[in-house]
Amino acid sequence: MKATCWMGPNKMEVTTVPDPKILNQGDCIVKITSTAICGSDLHLYNAFIPALEPGDVLGHEFMGEVVEVGRNVNRLEVGDRIVVPFPIACGVCRACKNELFSVCENSNPNAWLAEKLMGHSPAGIYGYTHLLGGFAGGQAEYARVPFADVGPLRVPESLSDDQVLFLSDILPTGYMGAEMCNIQKGDTIAVWGCGPVGQFAIASAYMLGAERVIAIDRFPYRLDIARERLGAVTINYEEVDSVPDVLKDLTAGRGPDACIDAVGVEGHSHGLFYVHDRAKQMMRMQSDRPIALREAILSCANGGTVSVIGVYGGLIDKFPMNAVMNRSLTIKTGQCHVHRYMKPLLDRIEKGEIDPTFVITHHLPLDMAARGYEMFNNKEDNCEKVVLKA
Amino acid sequence: MGTSSQSRAGGSGDSERAHTKALGATVRPRPSKTRPYQELADEDRGTGGESLANFLGVFSIGLGLAELIAAGPMTKIVGVEDDDRNRAVMRLMGVREIGHGVSILSKQQPATAVWSRVAGDALDLALLGRALANPDNKRGRTLFATANVLAVTALDVMCARLLAKQPETVANADADDDVIRTKRSITVGKPVSEVYAFWHDFENFPRFMRHLESVTVAGPQRSHWKAKAPAGHSVEWDAVTTEDRPNELISWRSVEGSDVYNSGTVRFMAAPGDRGTEVRVELEYKPPLGKLGSKVAMLFREEPGQQVQDDLRHLKQVMEIGEIVISDATKHPGPHPAQPDDEPVTL
Ligand SMILES: NC(=O)c1ccc[n+]([C@@H]2O[C@H](COP(=O)([O-])OP(=O)(O)OC[C@H]3O[C@@H](n4cnc5c(N)ncnc54)[C@H](O)[C@@H]3O)[C@@H](O)[C@H]2O)c1
Ligand SMILES: [Zn+2]
Ligand SMILES: [Zn+2]
Repeated sequence: MKATCWMGPNKMEVTTVPDPKILNQGDCIVKITSTAICGSDLHLYNAFIPALEPGDVLGHEFMGEVVEVGRNVNRLEVGDRIVVPFPIACGVCRACKNELFSVCENSNPNAWLAEKLMGHSPAGIYGYTHLLGGFAGGQAEYARVPFADVGPLRVPESLSDDQVLFLSDILPTGYMGAEMCNIQKGDTIAVWGCGPVGQFAIASAYMLGAERVIAIDRFPYRLDIARERLGAVTINYEEVDSVPDVLKDLTAGRGPDACIDAVGVEGHSHGLFYVHDRAKQMMRMQSDRPIALREAILSCANGGTVSVIGVYGGLIDKFPMNAVMNRSLTIKTGQCHVHRYMKPLLDRIEKGEIDPTFVITHHLPLDMAARGYEMFNNKEDNCEKVVLKA
Repeated sequence: MGTSSQSRAGGSGDSERAHTKALGATVRPRPSKTRPYQELADEDRGTGGESLANFLGVFSIGLGLAELIAAGPMTKIVGVEDDDRNRAVMRLMGVREIGHGVSILSKQQPATAVWSRVAGDALDLALLGRALANPDNKRGRTLFATANVLAVTALDVMCARLLAKQPETVANADADDDVIRTKRSITVGKPVSEVYAFWHDFENFPRFMRHLESVTVAGPQRSHWKAKAPAGHSVEWDAVTTEDRPNELISWRSVEGSDVYNSGTVRFMAAPGDRGTEVRVELEYKPPLGKLGSKVAMLFREEPGQQVQDDLRHLKQVMEIGEIVISDATKHPGPHPAQPDDEPVTL
């Protein structure tokens, strides 16, 4: 089959590799119809998350048709049309029972490696760092899906691939980002990053009753989507001296009631902080650039919540713990517990409450995945989200 | 604030007494509930040098990434000309650094990997020395970078020394050189009776201990063990059960005169709430002399605690989901890309 492989920093190649096989008896094999490139894939592409091997098949947002099932699979049948959630979860461990699917205790065969870096191991994830399992990903013609009875969601034929594909990751992720804010009447929510994840966080914050959402980014076309499509108030951080100052003004001194970091490890900035962060990153003194996270903490209203859905891969420096502690802030975070949100969000899509297709700017054939990465990474051609058709 | 706490203290004496009582008598758990854990806490001393090695592993990966991704800016920080040759050297250093990080993190023998890091530091120092000698380069910066590398080198040497002279873990501190001791634990989401029964049937062991080929019951207290050794060989020995307290513990050891000396105890305790069973294993190995013995030593010396931890995790998977979870990368013994292939599974 054809598969998109990471061959080194900024080097993707679509090559021919053997077809996936059933390895565990709860697996199914899915013939992929649509798959997308995620902001998390960019962190891998740029090698900001450690432990990849040249030849790794990437991709964790995919859907398609079941073509084979393992002996222990009961719920799914060959021919079913499914969307696959990106965290791999067993469905029976204590974490899964508590609906904390992205920290499943059984799905990471490299748990010992993750434990060394993070203390404990989270769940396995498709096409991601080997620290999270070494599972081949879904930017390919076929993929193996472990725990097929637990994760995949059957979707109705009446909805197109584009309408349901993002149930695999970014729609639930944005939704969870907003849900963690515990939005109350009259709340103002600030969202850093207007990538697809940020856009879905904005849309979800409104769905959950926010009075106002303020969106921050530097790409005018991304800010336009947030403003025109979703009704956010937008700030281009390149055009202001200080984002926290502007937010203070917009909220008459209170600060946003909750702040969402939808940027993650590759935060960008133009100030002294940025130079300093880059230098420290190079001098092995930190591995991540927590620019948006710092701003979110400093901006957040007293007693408010900082919801971190942007991905971090290592250690950070200059973390304003004094602000968190003295101002009674709450930090909530996590890889999305996608399984929790798939069905309710599918219902919302069916009812027409949200149409996730608005983020798609590019459809490409799988063969052109490398070009897709390049465009999405460099934000060329007003690229917001790339969907690959296998 | 002072007033409110004063008024509370000086206020209703009854509620004050109720609170004290609650703290003193009702809220505090019965000693029988905490004692076993206090005993565990008193004995446990962690794994000392192992975690220092881990820290260096993370550190190496961090620098390696910077050298690899930002070779250009990195040459500037270090203070050498930002030309193609220097960038290439910088990338090379990056690859080496990441290699160290990964090997320290994943190598079964951290001591060797850390010493290879020390050798790597020497390479860095030699290169920086050349940069210093070149009048075109900005000395101040190079000196800064050299100081940085020197500091890390000192840390590396310290860590390598620690790991080399010390038994594998602090848990072994009192053992003589021949004996390896280790202990690890896990929580299995099943009732104690089920986990005990599963473990009690020694023939189940190969289902979750990947170095075992088979265990056969040879009598009421006796079992025959067959373990995989490198190059397709295997080692066999007999073991006796020395203690068996239902739903509590099982102890065993190899019989006198076996090629392999080992003994172990597994303890089962109900985990709090409905969390299942706490399983704690203590193992002791004496790698025997002789050819066969050294092969077994190779098997077991690979950071023994790690192997026990893997086995326990597999026990949890077998008991909770019925099989060991495999990925495209981990179905192979060594590093392998996360890509499907046609080869058989080696666990
Ligand atoms: N928690 C999860 O489960 C989960 C799931 C999916 C993605 N993610 C993460 O979410 C993040 C966003 O993903 P995406 O697909 O939207 O990526 P993306 O690259 O399209 O978007 C990131 C956006 O952040 C902006 N940005 C950079 N620095 C900024 C700053 N200082 N202030 C404001 N904006 C800034 C960029 O301009 C860009 O538009 C990534 O870190 C990704 O890994 C997390
Ligand atoms: Zn993603
Ligand atoms: Zn689970």
